[in-house]
Amino acid sequence: METSELIEKLVLIVVLFAVTLGIAAYATYFERKVAAWFQDRIGPDRAGPFGILQPLADGGKLFFKEDFVPEAAEKWLFILGPGIAMFTALMTGSVIPWSTNLTLFGQDIALQVADVNIGILFIMGFLSIGVYGIMIGGWASNNKYSLFSAVRASSQMISYELAMGICVIVVVMMTGSLGLREIVDAQHGMNWNVFYQPVAFVVFFICALAETNRAPFDLPECESELIGGYHTEYGSMKMGFYLFAEYVSLFISSAVISTLFFGGYNFPGMDNFEGNTLAILGVVAMFTKTFIFVFIFMWIRWTLPRFRFDQLMHLGWKSLIPISLINLLITGLVIAFNEGWFK
Amino acid sequence: MNTMQSLTDRKKVVSKKEMTFMEKLYLPAIIGGMWITFKHLFRKNNTVKYPEETREFAPVYRGQHVLKRDEEGRENCTACGLCAVACPAEAITMVAAERVKGEENLYREEKYAEKYEINMLRCIFCGLCEEACPKEAIFLTDRIVPSNFERDEFVYGKDRLVEQLNDRIDITKRQHTGKRSKI
Ligand code: SF4
Ligand code: SF4
Repeated sequence: METSELIEKLVLIVVLFAVTLGIAAYATYFERKVAAWFQDRIGPDRAGPFGILQPLADGGKLFFKEDFVPEAAEKWLFILGPGIAMFTALMTGSVIPWSTNLTLFGQDIALQVADVNIGILFIMGFLSIGVYGIMIGGWASNNKYSLFSAVRASSQMISYELAMGICVIVVVMMTGSLGLREIVDAQHGMNWNVFYQPVAFVVFFICALAETNRAPFDLPECESELIGGYHTEYGSMKMGFYLFAEYVSLFISSAVISTLFFGGYNFPGMDNFEGNTLAILGVVAMFTKTFIFVFIFMWIRWTLPRFRFDQLMHLGWKSLIPISLINLLITGLVIAFNEGWFK
Repeated sequence: MNTMQSLTDRKKVVSKKEMTFMEKLYLPAIIGGMWITFKHLFRKNNTVKYPEETREFAPVYRGQHVLKRDEEGRENCTACGLCAVACPAEAITMVAAERVKGEENLYREEKYAEKYEINMLRCIFCGLCEEACPKEAIFLTDRIVPSNFERDEFVYGKDRLVEQLNDRIDITKRQHTGKRSKI
């Protein structure tokens, strides 16, 4: 690998890391604001103008809290849990293409940290590992509520990953590639997958809600039953990591939804632009879509009540999986028909 | 037949009919709910920004008590103990004393409360003491009992309950004023 390429990737990684963390931090602020707006309130407005320093205040507070490990906890796993949660949440961002190539200093820079040719599998894999953070943290806490929550989280993730995976297969079948860049490029202009696969989109979206543990599927941390869920025993920045990881996954899930179904950085009329203008407009388009989904996630959270656990399982296994399987079958038939298999 | 009468007019027959297909889809109901919350985005907020803005209290707000003096500045309370009996939280304690010669300008009746204490941590601010008092001596006001770090500080003695001569507390809007004049 050339040095210039190494530097390019390093800069990209640092930028992506900072942007993801910054967005996650401001997602917490935005979540509280959105909640307030939906409830006819103002929301945080004390720290700085319009309360925009609130995330800093929250983070600072968490940093200076006492960092303790409960006596009966499994010390190393207890520390490892939040780390895994944060690590996996951040890793998924690396394969998402943020825009077309940018030309800087005579170099063609791909706005994607790693163009892995199995990008979507990479994301699914890391999403699955993400549950280890919750599992390990919940188990190591040596608290029955945390354990309950961890068990719930893992069974929920396993159930919804199936339907999610089938929806991804549909997209992959239409594109013929597992690489995210190819999937996005196949949706050039307004040729978005959501118009061809609305059912897959709805199912994927519901599964994404469940995978990120957001309401109405936030059973792993439902306060009324499990105190705080898997992070009951956590304090200080360890808890901050868990909460933060949740917002990072919220952001990444929104980005993945925009990539898979809403054309990523494609936007109508993109053929009129080229080069760096196109790349920058692409970033804007990508982030607009992502933020719209972040907002919808929050909107849903502040509208819908939480499911009961049996309803959750019922929905996952008895509704979403059959629906996505039928959708898969129909897509397969249509593709086969178009390829002329029945001639 | 069940003859028990319902106490409210909100009686509703519970229906357990099967959900139709559309209802089972949930999506229409979810979108309906999201439309409702969406409309709230554009509503005016109801927030009162507390330290800068304060809300006006109702005239009959039940806050910190005051022991009133009459027009001539004499304490109204005669230590009859009716307020303490009425108090459901048993927050009031008092010690009575007899008025001696020369104290007529201090106490209105021949007997007065030498010590009068309300434990603000016990008090539930129900206002029954105010209602019970035959002498119009005790009233709840729109002042808020401030928070404190020490429990002892919440036992308010006469020093904090009796109104100052030069700093009268207005209670004219209260419900139980004018009781004595009626008798
Ligand atoms: S307001 Fe109620 S609780 Fe408080 S002292 Fe009076 S009677 Fe007792
Ligand atoms: S405040 Fe009123 S009710 Fe209570 S002891 Fe004095 S006169 Fe009696």
